[in-house]
Amino acid sequence: MPESLVAVIDAFPYLLQGSLVTLAVVAGALSFGLLVGAPLAIGQVYGGALIRRSVGLYVWFFRGIPLLVFLFLFYFGLCTALGINLSAFTVAIIVLGLISSAYQSQIIRGAIQSLPEGQLKAARALGMSDIKAIVNIIIPQALRLSIPGFSNEYSILLKDSAVTYALGVAEIMARAHFVATRTYHHFPLYFAAGLIFMILTWLGVKVLRLLEDRVRIPGYSHN
Amino acid sequence: MTSPILRIENLSKKYGQREVLKGVSLEVEKGDLKILIGPSGAGKSTFLHCINFLVKPDEGHVWLDNEEIHPARKRELYAYRQKVGMIFQDFNLFDHLTAFENVRIGLVKVKGIGKDAAGARAAQELERVGLKEHMQKYPSQLSGGQKQRVSIARALAMDPEVMLLDEPTSALDPELIGEVHAVIRDLGKSGMTMIMATHQIGFASSLASEIIFMEDGRILEQGTPSKIFNDPDNSRTREFCSKITDLYGER
Ligand SMILES: Nc1ncnc2c1ncn2[C@@H]1O[C@H](COP(=O)(O)OP(=O)(O)O)[C@@H](O)[C@H]1O
Ligand SMILES: [Mg+2]
Repeated sequence: MPESLVAVIDAFPYLLQGSLVTLAVVAGALSFGLLVGAPLAIGQVYGGALIRRSVGLYVWFFRGIPLLVFLFLFYFGLCTALGINLSAFTVAIIVLGLISSAYQSQIIRGAIQSLPEGQLKAARALGMSDIKAIVNIIIPQALRLSIPGFSNEYSILLKDSAVTYALGVAEIMARAHFVATRTYHHFPLYFAAGLIFMILTWLGVKVLRLLEDRVRIPGYSHN
Repeated sequence: MTSPILRIENLSKKYGQREVLKGVSLEVEKGDLKILIGPSGAGKSTFLHCINFLVKPDEGHVWLDNEEIHPARKRELYAYRQKVGMIFQDFNLFDHLTAFENVRIGLVKVKGIGKDAAGARAAQELERVGLKEHMQKYPSQLSGGQKQRVSIARALAMDPEVMLLDEPTSALDPELIGEVHAVIRDLGKSGMTMIMATHQIGFASSLASEIIFMEDGRILEQGTPSKIFNDPDNSRTREFCSKITDLYGER
């Protein structure tokens, strides 16, 4: 057996552990992004001029700043300046989550705006407050329509998460790099890392497709 | 003298420079079925939407049971809307909920009734409109006539004092109109107070307590069906009625 293959096989469990870290970062960032992104979307669609403008600014800012710059700014800059002690892992989730919230807000906003106007009208006609109508009628429909967008967002986050290696988060890329610099089998190790990323992308998209099917409503078109 | 259950005074609405409602007033007694007729663009929908403030009127006042409604007071507005059921031309059922859930959601989320009691009431209302077997279907699985009957059940579940119906059958295939008319007829018999815009003058003349002819944001003439359809004072009314009779036939 070629030496390089042995090196990869030896390192594989170690890399796979890294994929758990990667998945945790991505899942954390996706959830955080949804939690922040959904209210942003609601604010942008239903809010007054000031709220709409603020959300626009927020989205512009977090879509514009390069991930690596933001990671360093937050981890080495902000955390040090404010004297808060956050782990690289936590910072990775927060930073990726903030950026993702900007993108997710636009996915959800598009979904809300694609709903017929009559949905909100009918809810109001029953005596629902706008908040009740948004929570019970608008959001459940908008989130369903957003799943294909979330799936896209997942694959982007997954790939972006490799950059957090620069903070020392022990994800796939950091581990591949660690082993490669010690064994000098760069090619097979980075190849294996790339392969794991692709498998995770495929898996995640599959899981979201299953979720989409689970919450599918007859006659409601997502595609 | 009985006082009107619903009193509408001087409702006005502008879209930009365009005056769509020009001071419309109406008094509705308990049990009345007022039918709004008039050409497309006359302002019928705007009028109905202004009555429950789904469209905010620029001017005017509304009283229900002698109490003036102040739409800026949110709590008052939400309580008022529960008492005024609204039926839309294109149904506006909640697409992500079954027929049953569509009827139940207002009871649970607005009236705060427990799910079981609300569910029992929802089933009862769906049975009343003849849809007991279709309770678990989603809107996309229902015909237009069935959707409109669900929307009527949804409104009725809130125990409204008045119902506003905006051309409830005009989005329906002709063969489905009858089933919705039958439900509305039963409602009328049970004493429900209604204001309804429609072009179905055959149906209107057999049931209406009053026909109201609107054009260009105003009420031009109002009176009993026989007066409006057979012997209107206003030449515009006569013209419209003969046109609509040609179109929709006497039934
Ligand atoms: N949201 C709106 N913005 C601008 N104009 C509107 C709007 N809604 C209705 N209108 C206009 O108001 C007029 C009356 O409309 P509507 O009340 O729908 O009449 P009807 O129901 O009698 O056909 C029409 O000329 C219509 O184009
Ligand atoms: Mg209309």
